[in-house]
Amino acid sequence: MRFEAPRSVEEAVTALAGQTGAHVLAGGTDLLVKLRAEMIEPELIVDIKRIAGMRDVVAEDGGWRIGAAVSGAEMGEHAGLCADWPGVVEAVGLIGSTQVQGRATLAGNLCNASPAADSVPAMVAAGAVVRVVGPKGTRDVAVIDIPKAPGKTTLAAGEFIASVFLPARGARSGDAYLRFIPRTEMDIAVVGCGIALSLDAAGRVAAARVSLGAVGPKVMLVDAAAEAIQGRVLDEAALADLAAVCSAAATPIDDKRGTVDFRRHVSGVLARRAAVIAEARAKGEQA
Amino acid sequence: MSRIHVTTTVNGDATEFLCDAEATLLDVLRDELGLTGTKEGCGTGDCGACSVTVDGRLVCSCLMLGAEAEGREITTIEGMAAGDTLHPLQQKFIEMAALQCGICTPGILVAAKSLLERNPDPSEEEVRYWLAGNLCRCTGYDKIIRAVMETAADMRRAS
Ligand SMILES: Cc1cc2nc3c(=O)[nH]c(=O)nc-3n(C[C@H](O)[C@H](O)[C@H](O)COP(=O)(O)OP(=O)(O)OC[C@H]3O[C@@H](n4cnc5c(N)ncnc54)[C@H](O)[C@@H]3O)c2cc1C
Ligand code: FES
Ligand code: FES
Repeated sequence: MRFEAPRSVEEAVTALAGQTGAHVLAGGTDLLVKLRAEMIEPELIVDIKRIAGMRDVVAEDGGWRIGAAVSGAEMGEHAGLCADWPGVVEAVGLIGSTQVQGRATLAGNLCNASPAADSVPAMVAAGAVVRVVGPKGTRDVAVIDIPKAPGKTTLAAGEFIASVFLPARGARSGDAYLRFIPRTEMDIAVVGCGIALSLDAAGRVAAARVSLGAVGPKVMLVDAAAEAIQGRVLDEAALADLAAVCSAAATPIDDKRGTVDFRRHVSGVLARRAAVIAEARAKGEQA
Repeated sequence: MSRIHVTTTVNGDATEFLCDAEATLLDVLRDELGLTGTKEGCGTGDCGACSVTVDGRLVCSCLMLGAEAEGREITTIEGMAAGDTLHPLQQKFIEMAALQCGICTPGILVAAKSLLERNPDPSEEEVRYWLAGNLCRCTGYDKIIRAVMETAADMRRAS
């Protein structure tokens, strides 16, 4: 195995494209585990953390462009990100321990392509777009279109994610992410739910995006859930409808951490709770 | 396969080493540099026994390649005491018997020090969450948490 730490995107693309069995290294909190378990046997590891700009969070068009090597800990310390996208910041903050937070990245969480990845439903709800660089140039791709199947992404050979863009939050808008785990820390989501919504002047839901994680082979954007609350005040009836739609949309499996019925039920419960938090944030209340 | 030449700083000292691309920082610290205070519990990021700081950031050295250390500042448990004078956390862990076999202790001390540098007055809940990635199979967490809380109080009084 060889190791390279290129200084520019071009060098990284050349290195990745020129070698089969090349793997991108960001925080390494998935990659190193797989490497040591011999689940992967890379010919080349390309560390992207030394590429200029990869560790920066930059304001852009009212939103934020987050370099692919920015860690969860750095996001949690960024006042602007915390103010605009608290749900995304909380979701990435749920990943692992303090030690894991020191290294784990959004793009690594996305490209590891676990159906239970915590930051991914939050990014999907936020409408995040990743900037993909590769041998054929640069393209912007919605986060929802990156995972293909468990452990597989739609990225082509030689491509990698250079940054994640969180769009302008918008007026009267808020987001939230909740997951269910059997303990309080250091566990994998049994269900995760992300919601981003904006309210009209009368407090009705003007637009919403609702996503579910860990209840299917990949993250899902539940359009029917957004439609269920569109134009409505989030009263008990609206929340009950939202929960019912999310429970129905979930396509989970039975495993040791949860049954199908349990995961469906929890999908609805988390959706209504996350909606209440997102609504409070949209109203500028503490939540 | 030629080995990688890495120039770095470990506990304030300029350090050079050669490592294979596969070698973790933990492997390098223990096997190349002889700094065996940093422990391997799991090798998968779950136990925190291998905790070190890199450019001031707490990480698991088992989940970082040695080659990534180029130009970074690494601090390990060996950098905690000032000569023969133990760090207040080390002293308190002894006084309060916050360890038994000691395998988890270096990682917990490095992690706790990193917390107190950021937050000199943490709540018990904050200490427990900060140390959630540090497992101890012997002592039970109560003595450890109390030792960190008391050290924090002592250090606040002293400053
Ligand atoms: C103890 C522990 C607890 C954990 N807990 C959680 C948890 O609660 N929730 C959760 O979701 N995850 C958890 N994880 C998994 C992991 O920490 C996250 O998935 C993390 O976000 C991965 O990011 P990374 O930067 O470390 O990725 P890396 O390990 O560097 O990379 C992961 C994968 O993505 C690829 N990759 C990385 N960056 C890019 C890029 N920019 N472009 C293209 N491909 C890329 C790599 O080649 C690799 O295949 C945990 C891991 C550990 C060790
Ligand atoms: S040895 Fe690194 S976390 Fe257990
Ligand atoms: S003292 Fe033995 S593991 Fe903690």
